[in-house]
Amino acid sequence: MELQNSYAGTLESGDILVMISPAKNPGLTINLQSTVALQFGRQIRNVIEQTLTEMGVTDATVDATDKGALDCTIRARVTAAAVRATGKDVWAD
Amino acid sequence: MDRLRRTMMFVPGNNPAMMQDAYIYHPDSIMLDLEDSVSMAEKDAARLLVYNALKTIDYGNTEMVVRINPLSTPYGKKDIEAVVKAGVHVIRMPKTETAEEVVEVEREIERVEKELGCVGRTQIMAAIESALGICNAYAIATASKRMMGIALGAEDYCANLKTQRSKGGDELRLARETIVVAARAAGIAALDTVYSNLNDMETFRAEVEFIKTLGFDGKSIINPRQIEVVNEVFAPTQKEIDKALTIIAAIKEAEKKGSGVIAVNGKMVDRPVVIRAERTIELAKASGILKEEDIK
Repeated sequence: MELQNSYAGTLESGDILVMISPAKNPGLTINLQSTVALQFGRQIRNVIEQTLTEMGVTDATVDATDKGALDCTIRARVTAAAVRATGKDVWAD
Repeated sequence: MDRLRRTMMFVPGNNPAMMQDAYIYHPDSIMLDLEDSVSMAEKDAARLLVYNALKTIDYGNTEMVVRINPLSTPYGKKDIEAVVKAGVHVIRMPKTETAEEVVEVEREIERVEKELGCVGRTQIMAAIESALGICNAYAIATASKRMMGIALGAEDYCANLKTQRSKGGDELRLARETIVVAARAAGIAALDTVYSNLNDMETFRAEVEFIKTLGFDGKSIINPRQIEVVNEVFAPTQKEIDKALTIIAAIKEAEKKGSGVIAVNGKMVDRPVVIRAERTIELAKASGILKEEDIK
């Protein structure tokens, strides 16, 4: 799937800024910075990976800066960034 | 007994922190906004945020409302699809001017509900924000069996009227009275507009007292600080509670005896008095003044 550089979210508390760009290597590369990385880093990565896989995005570089977002917020921001990156409207699929 | 709608708190649909915290302040309804508080560039992201929040966050008994963008924009249909799929209780239409607009929204809701197999689940409320909307208030209020309520949107209404909001609210009087009368005639809720100056709680309280007197069910609010004031104003007095409890007890007694006629202190109690008493009890319970066990 062809991707363009895109992002969604903010750096405000309770949010996450997700940037998606074309993959340099095969698969998903997730670079995560989080204020709660020690406790929830693995869970945040899982949500990002699962959301992208469900949308058919299997090769991408993801740079995410988390400010304590809930899983539902992470899903929403990753979906928005992926919709913008692929140009495919999730609601039309 | 209809649910209480003393406070409907506006929360921007693109602010996750506010969306997840809104519930802890216990407004009666939370309105997640996809319209005016979201910039054009963020409409898609806000829609996804609201969809995921509604599907995931446990808002308890709070009534969940989403203000969608008008169907005349590229966003309206997508908003409806997303929030109906997420199980929203009420869709709030902005800037409603005619009954036909309500019918169009209902058609879109029904299309999505048919796909999901849940036809009839989603209610509609309409914000009236123009002179034309006020002229059509009753037609709007009765345009669909899904109509839950109508609300005044004062800022746009004043701009349309070529006036501005004043402290006393004289310019809103006709609109407010029209909305209450139309809502009552249609058997639905009436909600007042927001008051945006958080530094003037005195005027805010006076406005809440005034709209309560007019007959409104509640007020749209923009900050948790306003909840306490609205709840205080809408809380019944001890005298009103005592009277309501006496009436309810008399009804129960009459039911036990199989008597059709109820009298309290020598005065006949008819249906409107009973409805008022029930609402007083509900308000007293919601305000924490009365507990279930206090009602014999």
